[in-house]
Amino acid sequence: MSATPELMIAVPRGALLADTLDLLDRLGIATDEVRRNERRLLFAEAGIVTMRPSDVPTYVEHGAADVGITGKDVLLERPERQVYELVDLGYGRCRMIVAEPAGREALAESIRRLGTARVATKYPREAARHFAETGRQVEIVEVKGSVEIAPLTGLVDGIVDLTASGRTLAENQLVEREEIHVCTARLIANPVAHKLKARRIDELIASIRESAAEGGSG
Amino acid sequence: MIHPIPSGTRDVLPDEMRELRALSDRLRGAFEQAGYGEVQTPSLEYEEVLRRGDERGAGALYRVFDERGRVLVLRSDMTIPIARMVASRYADAALPLRLCYFQHAYRAVEPESGRAREFLQGGVELIGAPAPHGEVEVISLVLEGLDAAGLARHRIGIGDASLYGTLLAELEVPPARRAAVLERLARRDLVGLERQIHELGLSGAARELLSTLPTLRGGPAVLARASGPLSSAVENLRACYELLAERGLADRLIFDLGLVRELRYYTGAVFELYDPAVGFRLGGGGRYDELLGRFGAPRSACGIALDLQRVHAAQAAEERLQAVDRSPVPLEPEPAA
Repeated sequence: MSATPELMIAVPRGALLADTLDLLDRLGIATDEVRRNERRLLFAEAGIVTMRPSDVPTYVEHGAADVGITGKDVLLERPERQVYELVDLGYGRCRMIVAEPAGREALAESIRRLGTARVATKYPREAARHFAETGRQVEIVEVKGSVEIAPLTGLVDGIVDLTASGRTLAENQLVEREEIHVCTARLIANPVAHKLKARRIDELIASIRESAAEGGSG
Repeated sequence: MIHPIPSGTRDVLPDEMRELRALSDRLRGAFEQAGYGEVQTPSLEYEEVLRRGDERGAGALYRVFDERGRVLVLRSDMTIPIARMVASRYADAALPLRLCYFQHAYRAVEPESGRAREFLQGGVELIGAPAPHGEVEVISLVLEGLDAAGLARHRIGIGDASLYGTLLAELEVPPARRAAVLERLARRDLVGLERQIHELGLSGAARELLSTLPTLRGGPAVLARASGPLSSAVENLRACYELLAERGLADRLIFDLGLVRELRYYTGAVFELYDPAVGFRLGGGGRYDELLGRFGAPRSACGIALDLQRVHAAQAAEERLQAVDRSPVPLEPEPAA
């Protein structure tokens, strides 16, 4: 029987991938295979399985991966997933914001005149929570991608989305109105693995903290 | 023609039923042999009666009205109905009283979450046995029941429901600010927990204690890490350890000072059962010394419930492993130093 890796790690593809692979390298987890194979998803010998960030909590909650890395935005949107949130990894920093077309206050105007505004988002729960908590009635329109075009086509008055540099917003003549959250990458763990593989998970956390401390001073 | 059933519910066909029946028979055999008589209580109870046990009706979320307009709920656990039954039917019984059950309970779940709305619980309740002997009896019995069911790598996490609250009180954190901290702990959000703790304006040592406590889990050595205000709770856990070690169960125990249970009626030791083959806990329980008093019959008590469908999944995984290896897979070494 081949040696099984000590922990199975769920790694997010997309914007968090590069920083995550750099982190795993610093922790001594071999990532060359992952870097070489853009289309392969499972690297069982290295203990890595790659996936969309939004699938990471699902794999970790079910124990198919012991630990995983995903954005705080994903965790906020799926609070019912029973996973441990262990470490703020600091990278992948972006902000969840409310934006609308430049030049007029479409959201406020719709709420004032029509009683409700329409908001497109990939984060329907967080968006609904944010508007409810600020005492505004809105109709949430869930879209799976390219949220920024929704107001341009007249589908909605405004959007709730993530922004890092603000470039996509600017390119689509959208302006930020409110900040809802600052999101960074987080290390999460399966609750059973957190107990049965406590030593290995604690070692992983310790080396993450060590590497962050070195990075910070260097 | 396919006719739908609610998500989170299931039909059980003969192959699964035979296995589930064999599993529950083994557990029932172990429980009955230890003197735990099997009981049944109704699936539907009066909401106002269950609420006596727990303000939120212990999460009972399916309500119906009877012909007179009274509100009935589907029970969400077995412990509250059994406390209700013991207070009504065993008011003068000699203690301790040993009961077991194999029944369905119901909880509202997010659709598509993979969790069950209707789940089969098998468990034991030991009424009138104080700490630590009550804990030791139910823990030993459930571990033995899982052995009898063919599991080999299962472990039990043991913590104390009052630990974190006691520590917050001891550090003089104002009650109004404790809820936000406990909420992060209950959600297992240790990043958010640490941020909440930083906002409390405590000394460095107190901050350190509050943020490390939920990460302390492993062998009996972790008990030495909790001192001062926590020593009485930890004293009970240490007593449990010594008695369970005498029974040869030391390597099955994980002391977990961050263990929190969703149900609010626990007053002392709390438990969770794990098996590496299943990503979800197999079951849990704890000591609930105040619950029977709420039904007018104050008694110390503790119990553990297993989710039989998850135990069944662990049993099947164990069988597959043993078929490959032809020998039982050993326990992994102690989870933490």
